Amino acid sequence: MTVRNIAQAINDALDLALAKDSDVVVMGEDVGRTGGVFRVTDGLRDRYGADRVIDSPVAESGIVGVGFGMAVGGLKPVLELQFMGFSYPAYDQVVNHVARIRNRSRHRFSAPLVIRIPYGGGIGAAEHHSESMEAIYTHVPGLKVVVPATPYDAKGMLLAAIEDPDPVIFLEPIRLYRAVKEEVPEGWLTQPLGEARVEREGEDVTLITWGAMTKETREAAVLLEENGISAEVIDLRSLVPLDIETLTESVQRTGRAVIVHEAPRTGGFGAEVAALLQENCLFDLAAPIRRVTGWDTVFPLKRSEHHYLPGAARIAAAATQVMEV
Amino acid sequence: MPTDGRYDYALREPRLPRPVDTTLAGAAIDLDTRLGMYQRLHELRQFEKRAYDLFLQNLVKGTSHLSLGMEAIATGFGAAMRPDDYTFATYRGHAHALARGMDMGQAMAELLGRENGVLGGKGGSMHLTDVSKGMMGSYAIIGAHLCVANGAAWSAQMRKSGQVAVAFFGDGTTNIGAFHEALNLAAIWKLPVVFVCENNLYMEYTPIDVVTAVGNPAAGRASAYGLEPVLVDGNDPDAVFLAARTALARARAGDGPSLIEAVTYRSGGHSRADPGKYRPEREVSAWAGRDPIPMYHQRLLGLGTPEARLSAIERQVADAVDTATEFAKAGREPGEGSLHTEVYADGGSKWRN
Ligand SMILES: Cc1ncc(C[n+]2csc(CCOP(=O)(O)OP(=O)(O)O)c2C)c(N)n1
Ligand SMILES: [Mg+2]
Repeated sequence: MTVRNIAQAINDALDLALAKDSDVVVMGEDVGRTGGVFRVTDGLRDRYGADRVIDSPVAESGIVGVGFGMAVGGLKPVLELQFMGFSYPAYDQVVNHVARIRNRSRHRFSAPLVIRIPYGGGIGAAEHHSESMEAIYTHVPGLKVVVPATPYDAKGMLLAAIEDPDPVIFLEPIRLYRAVKEEVPEGWLTQPLGEARVEREGEDVTLITWGAMTKETREAAVLLEENGISAEVIDLRSLVPLDIETLTESVQRTGRAVIVHEAPRTGGFGAEVAALLQENCLFDLAAPIRRVTGWDTVFPLKRSEHHYLPGAARIAAAATQVMEV
Repeated sequence: MPTDGRYDYALREPRLPRPVDTTLAGAAIDLDTRLGMYQRLHELRQFEKRAYDLFLQNLVKGTSHLSLGMEAIATGFGAAMRPDDYTFATYRGHAHALARGMDMGQAMAELLGRENGVLGGKGGSMHLTDVSKGMMGSYAIIGAHLCVANGAAWSAQMRKSGQVAVAFFGDGTTNIGAFHEALNLAAIWKLPVVFVCENNLYMEYTPIDVVTAVGNPAAGRASAYGLEPVLVDGNDPDAVFLAARTALARARAGDGPSLIEAVTYRSGGHSRADPGKYRPEREVSAWAGRDPIPMYHQRLLGLGTPEARLSAIERQVADAVDTATEFAKAGREPGEGSLHTEVYADGGSKWRN
């Protein structure tokens, strides 16, 4: 066991994967010599060489297109796009090719690559550097979309993603990179994709979230507890595939649900979760499902960030309202 | 796959500046223009130095990208452009905004994220925009604005306005698809547009030669689009001014686009968080010796301008920067309400929430 933050846990996972499997390659802007904008790939180029830890030009469509071809050719690329806002030039490759080649080739081949995308607010840089557009990926058939929020999950899920036969969008909450530390076992470990994590057990209301919002949601649960409300907190960690069983079981028990995400509300992944829950357990619900989300506006500069991002108070207030129904 | 010395950064030769072209002192540029450029150089330098100080005082929020050392490019173009020409810049856009005449106080307030900023504190350092000055935006997605400049140029052509669109971008940007799309579009449609590559030798932390097929990322690609390769000293305002004048005149005459590569160097890191340690010492110090400001100072003295005149300009700029700073600091922070404005034509975002 060693104490790791999320950035280190991801670095460990990449290190293990590169060491174990000579087909694994890492590619992205500045990932080699510099170790990437967030220094997540630090030291890997020195250990595995420039042919396997590749500094690319600024060319996201190229990075993903080449990665796709590498995967088709039998390699296992782990691509880094610097910020979610810079993933859009590559979206065409992702949607039109990466996600569909298994189906299009009638299962004869696939593109088992991993695209790592740092995402989410909290670094004060507005717009492209801060937004959470996970829904543009969850909407695409053929992709898996996962979001670890702990060092253990970051390591285990990245290794699972590298082993996975399908393309995985691996979202990394920027704000948590160095904010959460825990003991993580050394050596290879995998955390299966598609399993939610019950972060805290409770009886009165289920708070459902993922990514950096796990922190605020946990804090909201503490606030609620002070007011006598027992909140269960579930970290989805995997949006696609979604562990709807765990959610349904919890909401059937509590009868109340609040979904928290930092992405804009309209068309956000929370809407999908709410729809599935009402399909599965409408008659167990004692109150309408509520969402606490970022606003339907452009992600603002640092000074307004706290107005944009859901905080513990906003989450607790919504949960309290749900309790009062 | 290249596994040769190209990838061995330690073996990479530093890219040293070329010596000053002293014949440029004799170029046909009138003294008023030159003094204007001298003032501009100082404005850009002192403004950004102040911005950096304010950052150290934790007053500038978020990230920002400075053009310290690269001011001659914005200066030369700013002096050559017509007031109604269009500028499209990148996240490294303070210099271009000021060079088009953006009010210094409003610009500084915007960096501080204050309500009296040019964008009400909503855009910040990376998105400086002032349509009234032809500053059509700072774009933080690599390459995007090159295509946009083409569209603006097309509109100018249709309106027969004689305006030219100028897009500034970095060396790294020449490797993204949008660059090549934009150049081809401009060439086939003969648009009044000028593409200016500010080659500061680095794409973020990566030396540009490591990730580019040709030695000169822009000039080396010009022939692919039927354009003349134009390589200028990006640390010499006169050289930039002359190249700008030629390209702008060509565009206005209906002779189509130009692609200019101005070679320069940023004296600091890529962005605020970056100390720039990946650059060889010898390279950094050689370029420090080619700083455009002392060079231009010498040139103006050599042309007979009294020292007193130059120092008066410097003092005047220092005062202006102080005034701008006071103005900016006095601004209020935008309230929560400002988050929800200007998303749609009705001025708000409410109907979606
Ligand atoms: C599409 C896209 N990908 C990645 C980035 C992140 N990024 C910001 S600046 C930069 C390097 C650009 O280098 P260059 O074009 O040389 O401009 P410079 O910063 O040197 O002025 C990168 C990769 C981005 N802004 N947009
Ligand atoms: Mg550059």
